[in-house]
Amino acid sequence: MTSLIDVENLTLSFRTDEGLVTAVDDVSFSLGKGEVMGLVGESGSGKSVTAKALMQLNPGNAVYDPRSKITLHDEGREVDVLSLRKSAELKIVRGGAISMIFQEPMASFAPAITIGNQMVEQLQIHTGMTKAKAKEISIEMLDRVGISDPSKRFDQYVFELSGGMRQRAMIAMALSTNPKLLIADEPTTALDVTIQAQVIDLMKDLVNEFHMGIIFITHDLGVIAQTADKVCVMYLGRIVEEGPVREVIRNPKHPYTRGLIAALPRFDDLDAPLTPVPGDIPSPLERPTGCVFHTRCREIIGDVCKRDLPENRWVDPSHRVACHLHAKTPAQTEAVR
Amino acid sequence: MSSETLISAKDLTVGYNVGKGFFDRTVLKAVNEVSVEIKRGSFFGLVGESGSGKTTFGRALLKAAPITGGAATFTDGQVSYNLATLAGDELKDYRKRAQLIFQDPYAALSPRMTVRDIIAEPLEVMKLTKTREETDARVREIAAKCRLNLEHLRRFPHAFSGGQRQRISIARALVSGPKFIVADESVAALDVSIQADVLNLLKQLQKDLGLTFLFISHDLSVVAHTCDHVAVMYLGRLVESAPTRQLFAAPRHPYTKALFSAIPSLDPDDRGSAQKLVGEIPSPLNQPSGCKFHTRCPNAIDKCRTIEPTLENPGDGHAVSCHRWRELLGAETTA
Repeated sequence: MTSLIDVENLTLSFRTDEGLVTAVDDVSFSLGKGEVMGLVGESGSGKSVTAKALMQLNPGNAVYDPRSKITLHDEGREVDVLSLRKSAELKIVRGGAISMIFQEPMASFAPAITIGNQMVEQLQIHTGMTKAKAKEISIEMLDRVGISDPSKRFDQYVFELSGGMRQRAMIAMALSTNPKLLIADEPTTALDVTIQAQVIDLMKDLVNEFHMGIIFITHDLGVIAQTADKVCVMYLGRIVEEGPVREVIRNPKHPYTRGLIAALPRFDDLDAPLTPVPGDIPSPLERPTGCVFHTRCREIIGDVCKRDLPENRWVDPSHRVACHLHAKTPAQTEAVR
Repeated sequence: MSSETLISAKDLTVGYNVGKGFFDRTVLKAVNEVSVEIKRGSFFGLVGESGSGKTTFGRALLKAAPITGGAATFTDGQVSYNLATLAGDELKDYRKRAQLIFQDPYAALSPRMTVRDIIAEPLEVMKLTKTREETDARVREIAAKCRLNLEHLRRFPHAFSGGQRQRISIARALVSGPKFIVADESVAALDVSIQADVLNLLKQLQKDLGLTFLFISHDLSVVAHTCDHVAVMYLGRLVESAPTRQLFAAPRHPYTKALFSAIPSLDPDDRGSAQKLVGEIPSPLNQPSGCKFHTRCPNAIDKCRTIEPTLENPGDGHAVSCHRWRELLGAETTA
């Protein structure tokens, strides 16, 4: 599969009054054309910050480590995303080749401008088409995402739409520029389950139709299982496990992934006790040494977890995990058995 | 009404005047003739989409939303109150006995108060303790029950994670020694790894302190694991009510079935098998005729469009409000 975007050693901290806070630590992944990747993790795990880095949307106090590299492959060109500075150059990652859908559509649309005008505006910026043509395409897109009476909706304001409609309009707007990569940041979290099911269906259809890559950020493993081809599990700014969705969900290797799956209430056994991942997420100011997960790990081996950062290990060609349980050296592997 | 019933609501209605002028008497019925009985010591779940009236119903039982029709009583063995007319000193006393846990622990705690002051505030406002020592002792006792340690009490809320904050709001709700707790989406804002921990804590507290919970949630899997009895609401109406096991084994209302099948399955090979619900919940100001659900129901017939079904209880404790539930019983097992 040809690669669409490559992220290498992305490390990002924020300057704050309390000092430098690491949000993303040495994250690498690549996404192919038409591939759907799920990015799972708790709040504070750095999944949104990672996604925003692809569009350089992080605030001014973000400090990128010089080793960080993001390469976008767009129609034969290679774009070094982190070197873009001028807003004219940034257009390619902000709405050009990459679009983003946010969690709360009410907060992402301007409240005092009609939905139509917002869609036309961004189409004109990115494609330079005429206003009439932009309107035509916008209405077509609204229709495509299942909004009834699109020409009427075009002239409405966001408060006039229901939650599900707003998210559909958001998707229509993000897709109207025909991006290569769509970043969906918790697009269904604020919706009811019945509406969530509709939006997930819509997104699956659109992937088939437009054949774009999607990074789907969520904390809901069920949503991932229904949409993604592969999954990256993040914890405290690091990718602890990456693999095909079936592999990761059926055969999780990292204790954190196992914990996440075990913490989900299941329908098949109502008597099974709920097993939380013990402890609380450490404050970003007190990053644990060694393996970042060792403070909450049920399968901790010993001092090695507290001292050494586990290296990424490919347990099979497409499945990698960063955990001492799966380390190469036989001595440690024996200690587990 | 049996002696074990703590809360009994009969045709409870909450209406708001939304008329645009003096003569316009348009009433929005957020909760429409809902009848439930909540047994003492039970964990009663209430589910439905946003706009179904579940939060308003919970608030009405706490006297935080106006009861405009029907009746509701609270009987805990010491006192018996008619919630519709409760006022004055009795209302103040009821506030000690019934408390609310909010959804968002980031918004529910004042950033300028220490955890100790947050938990102590209800005691001071309700004048439940006489001396500072007594207050401190009570705060420490309830904090320990909610797994907060003494060192935590001196800090401010910003120092805590979501799970810890939710434990602080639980401690604040419990400090006045209530019997009845409304937990409104109390785990919805938490991460899954923490959510299970808070649910286990709520169950533990219920056992230790003999509490009765009204657990409002949109997450059926959470409700399945914590509640003894579940009621489903749609557009202000109660559409189904049954013991948890019975409801999950064999849901009778098409809406409940649709809610079940909309939950994303954790099995990546089980994609697209869900029975999808079309459209969205109608506006409560412009309610459909007949059965409120007919606009989205896959099984609707002409009768559903004109005649509103009543909640029928066939005697097995599994009440349902649908014209066709008996016919549909054998016909499908999709859920």
